[in-house]
Amino acid sequence: MTANWQGNGGLVAATVLGLVLLLALPQIVDPVMMIELTSYVIMAILALSLGLIWGYGGILCFGQSAFFGIGAYAYAIAVINFGDSTIPLLLSIIVPGLFAALLGYFLFYARITDVYFGVITLTVTLILYKVMGATSGSQYVIGAAPLGGYNGIPAVPPLNFPGRPELALSFDGLFYLSGVTLLAVYVGLRLMLKSRFGQVVVAIRENERRAELLGYDARFYKLATFAIGGAIAGLAGCLFANWGMFISPDVFGLAQSAQVIIWVIVGGTGTLLGPIVGCFAIQWIATKLGAQQLLNANLVLGTILIGFVLLVPKGVVPTIGDALRRLKFCPYVAPLVEQRRVP
Amino acid sequence: MIINSSVNRRSFLKTTATAAASLGLIGAGGRAFAQEDTIKIASLLDLSGGLDAAGKPMQDAITFAVEEINQAGGLLGKQISLITYDTQTDMRLYPQYSQQAALKDKVSAVFGGITSASREVMRPVLRRLNTLYFYNTQYEGGVCDRNIFCTGITPAQKQSKHVPYAMNKWGKKIYTLAADYNYGQITAAWTRKYCTENGGQIVGEDFFPLDVTNFGSTIQKIQEAKPDFLYLVLVGGAHQSFYRQWAAAGMNKQIPMASTTMTIGGEQMVLSPEETNGILLCFNYFEALETPANKAFLERFHKRFGADYPYVTELAMATYQSVYLWAEGVKRAGTAERMPVIEALESGISLDLPSGKFSIDPQTHHCVMDINIGQIQDRKINILESFSQQQPLDTSGVCDLKKNPDDNSMYVIKV
Amino acid sequence: MDLLVVLSFEALKAVASLALISVGLAIIFGMMRVINLAHGEFLMLGGYAAIVATKAGINIWIATLLVSPLVVGVIGVVIERTIIRFLYGRPRDTMLATWGLSLLLVGLATTIFGNTTEGISAPAGSLQIGDYRIAAYSLIIIVIAIAVFAAIWAVFRFTRYGLIARSTMQNADMAAALGVNPSRVYAVTFGVGAGLAGLAGGVMAPITGIVPTIGAAYVAKAFITVIGGGPAILAGTVSASVMFGAIDQIITYLSTPVIGEVALLAAAVVLLRFMPQGITGRFFRRAA
Repeated sequence: MTANWQGNGGLVAATVLGLVLLLALPQIVDPVMMIELTSYVIMAILALSLGLIWGYGGILCFGQSAFFGIGAYAYAIAVINFGDSTIPLLLSIIVPGLFAALLGYFLFYARITDVYFGVITLTVTLILYKVMGATSGSQYVIGAAPLGGYNGIPAVPPLNFPGRPELALSFDGLFYLSGVTLLAVYVGLRLMLKSRFGQVVVAIRENERRAELLGYDARFYKLATFAIGGAIAGLAGCLFANWGMFISPDVFGLAQSAQVIIWVIVGGTGTLLGPIVGCFAIQWIATKLGAQQLLNANLVLGTILIGFVLLVPKGVVPTIGDALRRLKFCPYVAPLVEQRRVP
Repeated sequence: MIINSSVNRRSFLKTTATAAASLGLIGAGGRAFAQEDTIKIASLLDLSGGLDAAGKPMQDAITFAVEEINQAGGLLGKQISLITYDTQTDMRLYPQYSQQAALKDKVSAVFGGITSASREVMRPVLRRLNTLYFYNTQYEGGVCDRNIFCTGITPAQKQSKHVPYAMNKWGKKIYTLAADYNYGQITAAWTRKYCTENGGQIVGEDFFPLDVTNFGSTIQKIQEAKPDFLYLVLVGGAHQSFYRQWAAAGMNKQIPMASTTMTIGGEQMVLSPEETNGILLCFNYFEALETPANKAFLERFHKRFGADYPYVTELAMATYQSVYLWAEGVKRAGTAERMPVIEALESGISLDLPSGKFSIDPQTHHCVMDINIGQIQDRKINILESFSQQQPLDTSGVCDLKKNPDDNSMYVIKV
Repeated sequence: MDLLVVLSFEALKAVASLALISVGLAIIFGMMRVINLAHGEFLMLGGYAAIVATKAGINIWIATLLVSPLVVGVIGVVIERTIIRFLYGRPRDTMLATWGLSLLLVGLATTIFGNTTEGISAPAGSLQIGDYRIAAYSLIIIVIAIAVFAAIWAVFRFTRYGLIARSTMQNADMAAALGVNPSRVYAVTFGVGAGLAGLAGGVMAPITGIVPTIGAAYVAKAFITVIGGGPAILAGTVSASVMFGAIDQIITYLSTPVIGEVALLAAAVVLLRFMPQGITGRFFRRAA
């Protein structure tokens, strides 16, 4: 009972903290930094989606960027055709969600696990990359939207107030929208993981055989988790297309898939805060590295990844969480860095 | 939060910035007096990643142009300061750095973008943020936007001479190999047009994504089709392996090649002479141009960058010359502000530059220039024929910025 | 008729290249259950070793066939001792660490060699088959692939190292009890796998040229071949290479290289869906 209250206390604290940051940041940082921050927030949503699938569902997905890219393309193609962005926004969630469900059905029901699952998701991402990259001929058009191949789709129209295409979202609007979305996804996932469904998902991660013997169909629960993760990644893709106002097959590339995994492992699997923290930290470092010519960015990112696997295999957030718990530091802060285990 | 049209967006940003500044939070005080003593321009080029071979010579060229102008006393009595962004061949960085250059550095003009993909990402951002943009790469033509000046060579200037010349030399059957993105696709279409117009025949056409390195089965297909020559629109490092595999199969002695892109990244210096000898090229600029302006330029350039500097590429020269065009616009306008500079450039600026007479076509914001055909021999290029003052006829067929100054399109020209 | 000969030859070359670039990964994965995501970078390093050695005046055959595998083999041993050995029994962490290693090596190579494509010209001239000309180097790749596989088979079958290696992989504790030092066996095996990747990188360099990022082009294919092949290292790699290489080449000839590669990848997805244990896991369970 107390633990439960503490958990909720943490959730409330996190929400308040998030809202404060959301309102305060535009007041204190300059416009260029805002634009950069917006991209971090969007990528944090993507990181959260993998944090769910991998950290809680125990599903090693190497192709999270596939859903991200499908969401972005679905939005771009639909909004160019429809003009109004309401249906495209929904499509950017539904299409990748359905795609994840189909892929999941194809794989989970064949009991494909672990490494093999990783290889197949990676392969699917590479197929999408190759296929989308080969659509630059003028014959590859969906409605009014040319797919553009390697160049991608430029000048993607921004989100607008539902039904009013002339009321387009501003840069700051996009920041608020992304921030609210991140917060909503975070809170939503926390609540979902507390629910019966979430408990079963975690139970399956801990011991699939035991959960099945208790009568839960692991395949179904994994499939559902995977589809939810796919849908969230798709939503992030839609926001990303809005942010850059373009979308290209690069979103399906190996580099993009690698990044998401690095964020999650640095932040910590088995937490929701971890992926967000990891995403912000790594992107910030990458931006700083990009601004200088001294050290190659890959060199540093690679070193960080190896260092974390060897020295901090749990990731930053769980490690700090453990330390706080050990110190009985503060009952309100410790639950923020939640790490739920089913006994 | 939700507001109407792009102008308001900007003013919203400005309001936020002003509000923040008035709270003393972004150090606006320092900015106020740093502002006036230099004219700032930015270069956004790929200095690392897959396109760096093309980007680095362009960066050297823009650095050199700025240094020259500054040594000659600067512009309007001020020095030019060049702000360099390395876009790392990463599509995400083009919009980000464009925004930074426009909003944070408040530059007078942005020079850069290499692929058409990067240009189409930068162009809307810079237009929205009212920052003048120079794009200095040969490309497929069709950009129509008053905020951009394209100094690169377009198909009507290039293929219209290159394709018939090669057909006269070698025969009428062409096999085209092109990079699979819009530059390659559209260039292949222009090649088809000039080939059939001159009574030739395209016997094969293949497109390759930029990461393809294995051309084995393509080489067999080419042998089966028996063309008189190959027309190559290959782009980037991976595609270089075509030249190696072609030579390894001994085909370089059987079927000659013409290329639109060879030498842009100094490829002739990386590949062996046997692999590149005889390739027919067509550009605005070759180092071998015998004009006094070019000889003087090369002497100054080699003094600055060393006698062993590999090669001043077409794109590097276009970048160098675009800085001079912009500077001339600033001089005539008497200010580095965007609109007066655009109007000055539209008044018909024409300069004698290393690549010959170079003028801006006010109707399209493209350039009128000399075209030269050259052939590679032992890593050097011999000029075979020159065509003076070619118009960008492809773009002028679809674009008239005098009549429609608000046009903002990338026309895909029907060929 | 000539065309058929030439096409089968191309297909054979594709199969041989695939087998060659996969075999190092297959040994490391098959014997140590380590998924080495830096495999592509080992190939890349092999390519650079060959190019640097050739440009330094070493004969091109010595450079590709000797210098490349030796250099990368040594690098492999060093990496095993400093990183991989702490991660045995943690397959996911190994995968992530080698992914980090892959980024690190790309960064390192970029810092040292820059990003320009480097290359050496293919030695050996061309062959005339009827109306067609093909690179003689393709034939050499096929020969090298066959020689490499024969040699590996012989080493595992007939030498003391082969016996020790196989026994350690089957039961490390038992082998240790019998006086074998498993950690040394692991180090040597990882070095051999890396060396084979280096060899493949060196052999492929004259065809593809080398950039720091070229590993990405190899790793997915090698990965798919190894997993698709299943537990039997040699039989698996060969059978998966034959299948994927043939599909790739035939579809490429009929359409474009992109569709060829997509067909290869799609075939792999379908194969793994229906035979998650790979080809040899399904058909010849007892094969070695």
